Amino acid sequence: MKGLQNGDIKSLPGPDDIGRSELPNGITLLSRSNFNSPSVVMSGYFNAGSIFDTNEKLGLGYYTAVSVMRGTQDHTFHQIYDRLESVGAGLGFSASTLTGAFSGRSLCEDLPLILATLSECLRNPVFPPQEVERLRAQFMTGLAIRAQDTSAMAALKFDELIFRDHPFARPEDGYPETISTISPQDLMDFHKKHYGPRGMVIVLVGAISHPEAVDLAQTALGDWQNQDQEALPSISPVKPLEEEIREHIPLPGKSQTDLIMGVLGPRRASPDYFAASLGNSVLGQFGMMGRIGDVVREQAGLAYHASTSLNAGVEIGTWEVTAGVNPKNLDRAIDLIYAELNRFIGEPVTEEELADSKSNYIGRLPLSMESNAGVAGALINLERFQLGLDYYRRYPSLVNAVSVEQVLETARTYLHPEKMIVVSSGPPLIKKRVKK
Amino acid sequence: MPEPSTVHKHKLANGLNIHLKEIHTAPIISHWVWYRVGSRNEVPGKTGLSHWVEHMQFKGTPGFPASTLDKAISREGGVWNAFTYLDWTTYFETMPADKIELGLRLEVDRMNNSLFSAEEVEAERTVIISEREGSENEPLFKLSEAVQAASFNSHPYRNEIIGDLADLRSITRDDLYGYYRQNYSPSNALLCMAGDFNAAEMLHRIEDLYSAIPSGEIPPLDVQEEQHLGEERRISIKGHGETTYLLLAYRAPRASSADFFTFSVLDSLLCGPSSLNMFGGGGISNKTSILYQKLVDTGLATGISGGLQATVDPYLYEITATINPNHSLEEILAVIDTEIEKLQSHKVREEDIHRAIKQARALFAYGSENITNQAFWLGYAEMFATYDWFEKYLENLEKTTPADIQKLAERYLARGSRVIGSYLPRKGKGAK
Repeated sequence: MKGLQNGDIKSLPGPDDIGRSELPNGITLLSRSNFNSPSVVMSGYFNAGSIFDTNEKLGLGYYTAVSVMRGTQDHTFHQIYDRLESVGAGLGFSASTLTGAFSGRSLCEDLPLILATLSECLRNPVFPPQEVERLRAQFMTGLAIRAQDTSAMAALKFDELIFRDHPFARPEDGYPETISTISPQDLMDFHKKHYGPRGMVIVLVGAISHPEAVDLAQTALGDWQNQDQEALPSISPVKPLEEEIREHIPLPGKSQTDLIMGVLGPRRASPDYFAASLGNSVLGQFGMMGRIGDVVREQAGLAYHASTSLNAGVEIGTWEVTAGVNPKNLDRAIDLIYAELNRFIGEPVTEEELADSKSNYIGRLPLSMESNAGVAGALINLERFQLGLDYYRRYPSLVNAVSVEQVLETARTYLHPEKMIVVSSGPPLIKKRVKK
Repeated sequence: MPEPSTVHKHKLANGLNIHLKEIHTAPIISHWVWYRVGSRNEVPGKTGLSHWVEHMQFKGTPGFPASTLDKAISREGGVWNAFTYLDWTTYFETMPADKIELGLRLEVDRMNNSLFSAEEVEAERTVIISEREGSENEPLFKLSEAVQAASFNSHPYRNEIIGDLADLRSITRDDLYGYYRQNYSPSNALLCMAGDFNAAEMLHRIEDLYSAIPSGEIPPLDVQEEQHLGEERRISIKGHGETTYLLLAYRAPRASSADFFTFSVLDSLLCGPSSLNMFGGGGISNKTSILYQKLVDTGLATGISGGLQATVDPYLYEITATINPNHSLEEILAVIDTEIEKLQSHKVREEDIHRAIKQARALFAYGSENITNQAFWLGYAEMFATYDWFEKYLENLEKTTPADIQKLAERYLARGSRVIGSYLPRKGKGAK
């Protein structure tokens, strides 16, 4: 088995060059220095996602996150962006089901500015009604565009069918009818209950030392407290699927149909994770999109893209096949994918296939961290999934420990072709599909 | 902050240009081979040839059969891809430094030995049509294609890079192979490399690999550049959905013109700063740009962007607005015209120009974090100017004066010389 040389492993983030500190108010700060470029990347998250939204006001957490930069007690929307854009810096907020998130970058001399802006947006947003209305118009346009996007509509329906009554079934950016009910007061209330330092993580990567990073973070956010901050609710497991469900979302006027086929997959912390991930590589990633890409794109020429993804989160995971096909080829593509899935759970992958994917996983690791943003993402993952500061140094041995038998066993645990969600979105189907 | 390292430039006897830059911050090398061929080289009836040839370059040689190429790169932990543009086609591999030999051997091999088997050509025809159909799902692709066609009378820039659907159905294996043989040779190529290597040793290895390949003859290209339209053309597309888009296209200067740098500053002021980075770096938001404030802050539009491309011949400056459904396209157009008239009749402030330059400097710093992006920079500017264009980019921006911006706006952004394209939701049944 090929592997990283000792020197290459040392170039990866590890306990000797990642700084990790906990501020007294509960904020965790990770940093890694890179003085080769005069810039700094910042990213992070906090416990204020759409999981706190009611069904009637779905999108509230996302709306709140995007609104915090629309005006604070000290600066208007225009002043906030004028300060940032004048120095070529950037800062933005978003939200997913579990967390709110932020990311920014600047020249290192301007890092105090983006940290100060982060602080005032997190702590003192005022949600000016006029700005809230402008954002609403932008959201509504975004949702109208989403309604015409075959890929997005297939993904929405897939989540709805696979997660059903679970919080992950709902889109964090809501629906037009829920966004239209959200008021500035709702945003203020959400902010008051859910924005706080507890559980917040900040990552800084670039031309800065860890002690400097701690000082700057402490200055910006060290005295932040919120006694009202609610804890994340416990999350119930998702019920397994009992049968295949097929649905098609018709969108007239489209040329291509987007297809998603999938099942529930392992969580990131699951002992099955590495076997599932390497198996997924063989199935639909390695080379030109693995076995699925080979059959659907290379041999049959049915699609420009046809691949698989393992989406392992903190609480849940999915294992999905996606493809974009000509509408008349939809059934054929589904049949080819099913055949490959049955082969994948019917017999072990070859030793050569597994060795190729292992080699790819280990070899590409330095490439994924060639930029500050890449390293910041890697540090976020360390903290989000509690992987340990030595994780990237241990990574080659974790990958190499997986056997073909484990890949097969894991595939059989999760991939049940007779119990899959099969969703497509594109032109209306000419012949009526069977809906079970 | 380390000093910027030297770029080693060489030219082999067969015409292959080579740019090498040592960067020792990570055990990675990014290797690019650029060809001066893109949709600008195509003739009516054969549009899409450049892009399809790019696809066929992944379909194997006798030495590296089709199914082995992707696997070989992936196995070594590398990434590779290719891009076809108006003026160029480029291929790259970013790999662990000790594995770059594979990338070198693949690229030299497919410069000369690609198979273009009839079977692979047919399989790829449906893949490319599928790629085009995926783009056609997007209203802005349809609008952009129509505006591009209306913006030129005969210059090949009028065609979408992926090609016309009828051409994609009729192009033959011989068309593709002939085009490949004509355009893929050392004298039409530039090899660039950045990363963890010794430049002298690497140059020696490249000479070993490429010296035996004949130079190749590049037929002269008979393309007449097109100046300003001299009239206003309006086109409108109707389609499904609820969203209206406005796309304005003005003639823009060639990248090698001094006007291009002034235009970059003007674009930054009008629509927000654009990045020259292809990989990483990210962008800067545009919320303090003139048109964001006048269109989005006022609720007339929900999004605005500007687009200026670096090209060999004069291409287009495009302004795209997503219209708030409660307002009309004509209202948005009137505001854009008013703001452009202000640029034509008044000088902007010096401090606004300085701000645009600081933004450009920051974007350069962000792009320099990434070795793949630095290798991209080594070749990119050579496809429409010289590497010097890139090295002096900030210096040239700094020469911009308020009077330059005013003159440029008068010359290029005339109301009577542009294409106004609109995408309008179709009313009635099924319009939603």
